[in-house]
Amino acid sequence: MNRRPVFLITVLCFGFAFFYIPILSMIVYSFNASRLATVWGGFSTKWYVSLFSNKQVIAALLLSLKIAVVSATFATILGTMAGIVLARFTRFRGRLLFSGLVTAPLVMPEVITGISSLIFFIMMADWIGWPGARGFTTITLAHITFSMVFVTTIIQARMVQSDRAIEEAAMDLGSRPWQVMLDVTLPTIFPAILSGWLLAFTISLDDVVITSFTTGPGSTTLPLLIWSKVKLGVTPDINALATLMVLVVGLGVVPAGVLMMRSEKRRLADSRLAYRTND
Amino acid sequence: MGRISQWFDRRGFAAMLIGLPYLWLLALFLLPFLIVVAMSLATKTPTAPPFSFGGDHPWVNGQAYVRVLTDGLYLRAFLTSVGNAGVAMMLCLLLGYPMALGLTRVSKSWRNILLMLVILPFWTSFLLRVYAWMGLMGKNSWFNGLLTDGWNLLVPMDWAVKSIPMMNSNFAVVLVMVYTYLPFMILPLYASLERLDPVLDEAAMDLGSRPWQVFRDVTLPQSVPGIIAGGMLVFIPAAGELVIPSLVGDASSPMIGRLISDEFSSARDWPMASAVAVVLLVLMVGPTMLYSHYQARAEGTK
Repeated sequence: MNRRPVFLITVLCFGFAFFYIPILSMIVYSFNASRLATVWGGFSTKWYVSLFSNKQVIAALLLSLKIAVVSATFATILGTMAGIVLARFTRFRGRLLFSGLVTAPLVMPEVITGISSLIFFIMMADWIGWPGARGFTTITLAHITFSMVFVTTIIQARMVQSDRAIEEAAMDLGSRPWQVMLDVTLPTIFPAILSGWLLAFTISLDDVVITSFTTGPGSTTLPLLIWSKVKLGVTPDINALATLMVLVVGLGVVPAGVLMMRSEKRRLADSRLAYRTND
Repeated sequence: MGRISQWFDRRGFAAMLIGLPYLWLLALFLLPFLIVVAMSLATKTPTAPPFSFGGDHPWVNGQAYVRVLTDGLYLRAFLTSVGNAGVAMMLCLLLGYPMALGLTRVSKSWRNILLMLVILPFWTSFLLRVYAWMGLMGKNSWFNGLLTDGWNLLVPMDWAVKSIPMMNSNFAVVLVMVYTYLPFMILPLYASLERLDPVLDEAAMDLGSRPWQVFRDVTLPQSVPGIIAGGMLVFIPAAGELVIPSLVGDASSPMIGRLISDEFSSARDWPMASAVAVVLLVLMVGPTMLYSHYQARAEGTK
């Protein structure tokens, strides 16, 4: 009965063209010799050269990476704890508020999160004298807060699927709660923790709005630098930068995603096999 | 020592697991938000920080809220935001639904590749995806030239234009919103369409339904949770968007996110910015509840 869904395939093709033509156009124009970013003036790689010799760009990139690594690591720790709590502790005082606190940052408009963080930091500096100057510390704190809830949703979804009986068995065999966590729970959800870290890392690396509110003089992350340049219009060196970032994503994230998908599939197949032999 | 470790096993470990993230979110999310709510009731002053409680107004000052509700500027900004986000949501649905349905009809191996291609833009910078469209929509770009030629070919000579003014308009905002938020629509729709039983389609076919009737009577009704979840997932962030309207939007009719940011940074009117933020959040409660109600159903966890 399956006729070829011509209409659907056509829309799919159109949709993917819509997704990728702007990006391809940007890549092509990054090799444009002309100073006018949208008029083709021959092939050149000079914007890449000027990009690599731009100290500002390199410094901003390094700051962004530093913030992303630190904030993703803390966000993963806190987010994993929260995910485990939500999946395993069904009753404790304040659970309703806790699950609300974990959901709210997901839907909170970034402008509001940004402004409330900034006002908070200013008030804290006023009341207790900390944080003194805004910059690395304040940006990182804000990033941890709004990226940890994304980790939590990943971990929670994974924990709900995983078999609780194994943890209970470990308990019965005399493991102490923290041993169960280290020996059973964390290893089984490790792929989820890894993808949580990766997500928190990219969220932090990509953020403009919250960073623009919580930054201080001298702390310019890469998105902030791009933001300030892009506001003035389209420039060829941003095209080059964008192309490099797309390349890094293509070379880094895609294989990581494929590997993760494979390991997840293998794990599923293994567990299915295990159940079948038990039958 | 033994007693401490016993206590730790029985109560302390769980308390630590709950307490750390709980305290973190209380201190760095809830407290800042409560400060904003309090700030919305303060009075603007020329001091630093630029607000105070008391003075002419006994403790709380509802002035900011009165202005949000009466000043046309804020009302227009809310309408622009809801309008742009609403149109973007509808367009995402119109384009995303057939795409999601198409994804369920291609072979397994193709499906994984195509799904990867839907998710891939997520991993590239949001800012750069907006920027890519700035390049396409500008006056001298090949894309604008193509559209201009098409336009000039179709309309009478008198209406011919040198280039189509796309940048800095609500059209540009909606277009870029559709571009950046389309995956948010496709993924929940795909999740709910993928679970549908093809046997139902075949049954309807056997009973004499034509393909579009099968779609209308069988597929569409079952995918309503996915439609609502995806729609809200586009609508909520789009309504509060700051980056897109700042880069490609019309400055004379700002969206609410831009207004909040301007009130805060340029006008230095913190109470006003806070009040607008609180009103925006209150408006988002409805869509958020809709989303959380249908999201679980769309993913089939319930």
